[in-house]
Amino acid sequence: MRIKEHPILNFDRKNKLVFQYNGKEVEAFEGETVAAALHAAGIKTLRRSIRYHRPRGLFCAIGNCSSCLMKVNGIPNVKTCITKVEDGMVVEEQTGKGDLSD
Amino acid sequence: MIKTNVLVIGAGPAGLSAAIKASEYGANVALLERDFKPGGQLIKQTHRFFGSKNENAGTRGIDIAAELQKKIENSTNIDIYLESTAQGYYDDDTLLFSQKDKVKKIKADRIIAATGAAEKMLAFPNDDLPGVYAAGAVQTLMNLYGVLPGERVIMIGAGNIGLIVSYQLLQAGVDVVGIVEAAPEIGGYLVHAAKIRRASVPIYTRHTVKNVIGEESVEKVQLIKLDDKWNEISGTEKMIEADTVCLAVGLRPLADILIQAGCEMAYIPQLGGDVPLRNKFMQTSNEKFYVAGDVTGIEEATAAILEGEMAGLAVAKDLGFGGKELEDELKDVDKKLQDLRRGPVGEKIRSGLKMLEEGSHAQRNRYSNTI
Repeated sequence: MRIKEHPILNFDRKNKLVFQYNGKEVEAFEGETVAAALHAAGIKTLRRSIRYHRPRGLFCAIGNCSSCLMKVNGIPNVKTCITKVEDGMVVEEQTGKGDLSD
Repeated sequence: MIKTNVLVIGAGPAGLSAAIKASEYGANVALLERDFKPGGQLIKQTHRFFGSKNENAGTRGIDIAAELQKKIENSTNIDIYLESTAQGYYDDDTLLFSQKDKVKKIKADRIIAATGAAEKMLAFPNDDLPGVYAAGAVQTLMNLYGVLPGERVIMIGAGNIGLIVSYQLLQAGVDVVGIVEAAPEIGGYLVHAAKIRRASVPIYTRHTVKNVIGEESVEKVQLIKLDDKWNEISGTEKMIEADTVCLAVGLRPLADILIQAGCEMAYIPQLGGDVPLRNKFMQTSNEKFYVAGDVTGIEEATAAILEGEMAGLAVAKDLGFGGKELEDELKDVDKKLQDLRRGPVGEKIRSGLKMLEEGSHAQRNRYSNTI
């Protein structure tokens, strides 16, 4: 969910864009990170853990912790909390270590 | 290869202040910042700062960041590299950094590490579920992107960060269903706690998280009471419905580049973890490396700004810039730092710094690697 009114801050949301998440279309605004845009759309699970495939979400949001790794435009292990979302971007939930074979 | 007088790693309050001071006396500065824009954690701080009027009291963090950013933009001898992460330091004095998908090299006469801190974790069952966040992540989502982390939040930690982020959540319209604190008392300033109390948010002191319940994400949080020896008291479990757990359980210095560069370290609990040894002028055991801000020990933004100024000035002096004016400014900053750390609020920092000065750190170096 996005904040509409805030007592101190103004959120300048201008250019709307559309990206793909697991084959579905998701709307976002220019300037948002992939993880923030997914959160706004109610998607909290970003990847599955290596061994037990447990759901993992956003944890630190500043590129420290690697909890938010996803496959972006075919590239695995992208830190989606510090990657800006782009129009037409293809984002997929990642399971395990990710691979570069395809 | 980029060549410069001073390389500053990190453009938070400490790094920005260091870059500004070194550049004011004529040094050429390269400033590396991992984020999309400079300002560090200040760009998420919507609350007004406390303390001395000389040191930005009454000003919101976001406005302090804007002021520092403007000075950087107006400077002709500071080059800022955004989305740039320091990766490693080599013994030919070259530092490697990545900028997006490119790797670049930089050689500087002096390096100021103002790399900040990382958040600490708390272990409990299901602590890896989506919906468990570090407090800084909640601030980033909410105050930078205007996105809410959830609807019902349990905050862990009643220090200043826990209290401030709880208040920011309330301002954004989120239901904070409780603040949990293992200590017998609230750790943060009472002025913050009073705001929370006025909003009728319960603060559970002497409580901790026993368990988090949920399949795909957080659904419920089980709290338990602690006795005066920090042991759980069985039978006191309490289940609370919440979709978000926010951890505000402290920070630790982010000193990896210093450790890798062979700077001597010491584990000082009062300062938050492993910190670099340094002299009064913020120079480490590697004479080319200076430090400033949270990487030297967890404090707050005002201290980071002053330490940044100290390091920036000291480096300028070290490189032969400045004269009497610089000397006077060094003394002035030193006095301001000491004033800031007076009183009961500065007690923990003072005792940590004392341990460093007394040399009782000898057995506290957990790293002995040198390059």
